[in-house]
Amino acid sequence: MAERSFAREVEDLKLGAGQEFRGEGILAITKALLECGVSYVGGYQGAPISHLMDVLSDAQDILSDLGVHFETSASEATAAATLAASVMYPIRGAVTFKAPVGINVASDALANLSSGGVTGGALIIIGEDYGEGSSIMQERSHAFAMKSQLWLVDPRPNVASIVKAVHDSFELSEASNTPVMLEVRIRACHVHGRFATRDNVRPSFPLSRALEQPSRDTNRIVLPPASFMHEKEKIEQRWPAAVEFIHARGMNETFDGDIDDIGIIMQGGMYNGVITALREAGLADIWGETRVPLYVMNVTYPIVDREVIEFCRGKKAVLMVEEGQPEFIEQALHKVLRNADIPAKLHGKDLFPMAGEYTSQVMGAAIGAFIRRWRSDVLPDAARAPNIDRVEVDDKIRALADVVPPRPPGFCTGCPERPIFSAMKLVEKELGPHHIAADIGCHLFSILPPFNIGATTMGYGLGPASASAFNVPAAKRSISMMGDGGFWHNGLTSGVGNAVFNQHDGVIVVVDNFYSAATGGQDIPSSRADNRSRSTKHPIVEAVKGVGAKWVRQIDHTYDVSHMRDTLREALTTKEKGPKIIVASSECMLNKQRRVKPLVAAAAKRGERIVRERFGVDEDTCSGDHACIRLSGCPSLSVKPTTDPLKDNPVAAVDNTCVGCGHCGEVADAAVLCPSFYRADVVSNPTAFEARLDRIWQRMIGALQRWRAGRRVTFEQEAA
Amino acid sequence: MNVSVAPTSVGLSQARPISIAVLAMGGQGGGVLVDWIVALAEHRGWFAQSTSVPGVAQRTGATIYYIEMIAPDASKPDRNPVLSLMPAPGKVDIVIGAELMEAGRAILRGLVSPDRTLLIGSSHRSLAMSEKTTPGDGTADASQVYEAANVAANRFIAFDMAEIADATGSVVSSVLFGALAGSGALPFATEDFETTIRAAGVGVDASLRAFAVGRERATATLKQDPKIKPTAKPPLAKRFPKLAPIGHAGYDALVTRARQLPAEAHGIVAAGLQRVVDYQDVAYGAEYLDRLEAMPHNATGLLQAFAKYLAVAMAYDDVIRVADLKTRAGRFDRVRREARAGDDQVLAITEFFHPRIEEMAGMLPRRLGERLERSQRLARLIDRGRKLRTTAPAAFLTLYCIAGLRRFRRGSLRHAREMRHLEDWAQRIRKFAAHDLALATAVCEARRLVAGYSDTHSRGESKFDKVMLASERLAGRPDAAEWVQRLIKVALKDADGAELDGALRTVETLFEGA
Repeated sequence: MAERSFAREVEDLKLGAGQEFRGEGILAITKALLECGVSYVGGYQGAPISHLMDVLSDAQDILSDLGVHFETSASEATAAATLAASVMYPIRGAVTFKAPVGINVASDALANLSSGGVTGGALIIIGEDYGEGSSIMQERSHAFAMKSQLWLVDPRPNVASIVKAVHDSFELSEASNTPVMLEVRIRACHVHGRFATRDNVRPSFPLSRALEQPSRDTNRIVLPPASFMHEKEKIEQRWPAAVEFIHARGMNETFDGDIDDIGIIMQGGMYNGVITALREAGLADIWGETRVPLYVMNVTYPIVDREVIEFCRGKKAVLMVEEGQPEFIEQALHKVLRNADIPAKLHGKDLFPMAGEYTSQVMGAAIGAFIRRWRSDVLPDAARAPNIDRVEVDDKIRALADVVPPRPPGFCTGCPERPIFSAMKLVEKELGPHHIAADIGCHLFSILPPFNIGATTMGYGLGPASASAFNVPAAKRSISMMGDGGFWHNGLTSGVGNAVFNQHDGVIVVVDNFYSAATGGQDIPSSRADNRSRSTKHPIVEAVKGVGAKWVRQIDHTYDVSHMRDTLREALTTKEKGPKIIVASSECMLNKQRRVKPLVAAAAKRGERIVRERFGVDEDTCSGDHACIRLSGCPSLSVKPTTDPLKDNPVAAVDNTCVGCGHCGEVADAAVLCPSFYRADVVSNPTAFEARLDRIWQRMIGALQRWRAGRRVTFEQEAA
Repeated sequence: MNVSVAPTSVGLSQARPISIAVLAMGGQGGGVLVDWIVALAEHRGWFAQSTSVPGVAQRTGATIYYIEMIAPDASKPDRNPVLSLMPAPGKVDIVIGAELMEAGRAILRGLVSPDRTLLIGSSHRSLAMSEKTTPGDGTADASQVYEAANVAANRFIAFDMAEIADATGSVVSSVLFGALAGSGALPFATEDFETTIRAAGVGVDASLRAFAVGRERATATLKQDPKIKPTAKPPLAKRFPKLAPIGHAGYDALVTRARQLPAEAHGIVAAGLQRVVDYQDVAYGAEYLDRLEAMPHNATGLLQAFAKYLAVAMAYDDVIRVADLKTRAGRFDRVRREARAGDDQVLAITEFFHPRIEEMAGMLPRRLGERLERSQRLARLIDRGRKLRTTAPAAFLTLYCIAGLRRFRRGSLRHAREMRHLEDWAQRIRKFAAHDLALATAVCEARRLVAGYSDTHSRGESKFDKVMLASERLAGRPDAAEWVQRLIKVALKDADGAELDGALRTVETLFEGA
């Protein structure tokens, strides 16, 4: 079960013609797919399209009613290869993943698919993760479209435009026998908006018919001589067909304006930012009226030369608004304009920064500069000579830079991965630092304080692979990390299988938290959940042994820091050769809480016995050295000021968000920190026997306490 | 003269959307608040667009949400507005900080501007990692956020919303939604806000309670004279007991004696005296005063510092002390309160102990302790984690009996060592006090480096010893006290002591070539 449930929202997928849909971009895309008569959908989760997978998963009943098959792909490569169903048959299919990392993984399949071409519409919905909040390397997906000759659609970031783009893309794909990538930027994926719906369409060519009446054509297979033919076909047939369709359908949009000797060309995704910047300059309004003509490329590859020429004809200057680098489109436009002898001056990266997100500030500055340069007469006074914002230079505000602490993401309260790294810290104290190859997943938070563990990441599931070279005799072994998500994505072969085959002597830690947790808690083969449409509960340990690993340890309770530490120490020091594999399993706390909370609440309602656990710190015995926090970093373990005049430092404190995982107590024990931690078990609806026994005990204890208190000098605050 | 006149934007609508930025910590309800705001606007027939950058930032990191909303234009019934997907510095109408430092972050990012921005912030703190991991006090200074907010914001509403959320059984988002309603910044009625909460259907009653309180507090803030700027809550004051008789002959005699000390020191002396008497007995209190009286009385700064750290040093944390504190009735009550256990609920308290041979041998008479301390076999037997359920008789009695060993404490190995260490320190202070009071005070304060248990304690003690050595080296220099203060500060900043070692090397360079 995923972290976020769309069970209520997916009802909106049933809306029909003439109705209005309101909601998130992701959900709108799903609705559009159904309106397009898609036969199958698949994909691999990852921000910002994780929710698309979650929506599809929650919508399975609706999908199957319509005869749409939904596949939770093992990786992006699997997802892309799924589109092979559209090669020979007039079947529409769509897959989704995160870009550009997902495209990197999928590129082999995508290249093959693009070479042979498709019959049915094949759509790849990519969630572009560029700029603020991104968790990946900053790259463009555009290059993939160019190298494999598949089309890149980049619609205006509003729900209606995105939905229209889905419809158009399927037709574009079919008209040009080419797969189409639909790029949705991170903010657009989560944009809330509305659009007029159409009826859902059942696929006209069911998958079962293809199975029962298969057809083949060797010309569609990537093998010489067909592959040479594909290369020519791409240029001579598919490209012109695509350009023709894009133009005829009007996929790109032109907005006229009265200041027609200049103009702005943009990727569709940049449109709202451009309008906002123009609005601030008094040249556009909130309803999209603009005085400067705009050419919006909702298709950024291929470029429709004649549209560009038409737009630029008669203009003194145009500005290309293209986010990311290199500036592929700007370069192409130079060629288009030069070939057509259009004299308009082309601006782009001379006014915009080459690298980085086009934030409101960047957009405002560059568009402002462009207009000041060519038509400063149309600007209001304020925009012609913008005042420097005085506020930002105020000393009191500048001083904040030293006050406001950075707040990077980290392990959640009660995260089962935290104790793994606490144990690593303890081993580090004993055996010294090791080379630790990190991986993609929540466990990558180990590289941040308080753990500061991990040297490199080379891609999802590639932690152990990235330690491959460190397979030489040495006094220390390498440690590599991998999550259960990465493990099933490719790590079983690229990491474990590789280490077995090459007789790697390092330690591999597989963090098994029962979900693909970082992407939102989707199920994977080793998930413990009962999933009605997927086969789960396949132990990682069995898979690891299956590829030949001998030294394998399963840890079923990661919170036992001492056990975790001892196992790591053994792995690092054992005489046994070959990879040492530790599978550290405990359920992701975020998902566990979501799973358990309603059950507990229901049990409480029924009056059943319930134990609530939480941890606490005895203020009296806490000396305020914060060693416990340095080995934990739990959000619920914090510090608080104390009124004790003999204490200088704030004391440790556990707040009410504690879920009682026990990590702080275990660390205090394993690291021999201090006796200040306690666990409080609060039992609601205790059994009669339990309650009576407790009363007797507490009476005994109370008597002893009173006896000693009476013999001691007591002060006022003692009683308080 | 050629006067250029900017052309009027004839035909362009002058309507502006209302823009709202919400800065929150991932996974703590920012999304709920944003959904409410959007639903509220749509309920009133407005267009609303929200965006966020979730990704991994959802895992406890700083997250920003952005909303724009606008009323439909009757003259353009078929047009949708083009709303921005990200906030622009200086162009945001309402900024909501779900925590004080997140409000500060909004100011830093330039989102809060004096000409238009209403800043609503919850004044509670959820400490960032860097604030918590410092061995000393790494907590950021809240008052600076207030000062900046009063410069940057057009109006600033701040109060502790976590407290209200807690009291009403709801979440900060509900209180923020209330504050937004109370601010009057959105042209919607209170009932519209409440309808939105009801329609969402989750925890409605608690949310409405929190909403109401938040709304009232915001309204009250706005009714005040705008010249009265919100200020940070003063840091929690130390509570000094009175140096007064309590009706216990032995203790009262000590009070009479202590009152001979300068009046400025009475508060801290009372705290110290009570601590050591509580720790051991009245005679121990007399020892405390003996040591205190041996210090020069003319410098009250030194006397106060010594009164404080002497008490801490004398009331060192040993197994007996911990057992004593863990078995007191007051402590049981406190845990019950903190764990929010009701009277009809059974509470079980489990302690996490990991005694080492050092601690166990420390309780024994000196000779015996020294011998057993070296026993590997015993060490293996003792050195392991123990979970003791103090609310059950067996564990309680064990700890209760250990606490009862208090009367043998003076003869113990640990006591002998602690007192030797203490005397060494006190003597050094007295020595420096003769010609450099500031240095003596600094050396006195260095005692705060010794904290914690086991390894942490040894590391602290080693830092303390290094600073003591340095103080001997520095004595006689006019800046000796400054240097020692600097060393203490550095030592408190990092746990491993690398920074202290660096500073000590710098101290060494002071003497090079001399």
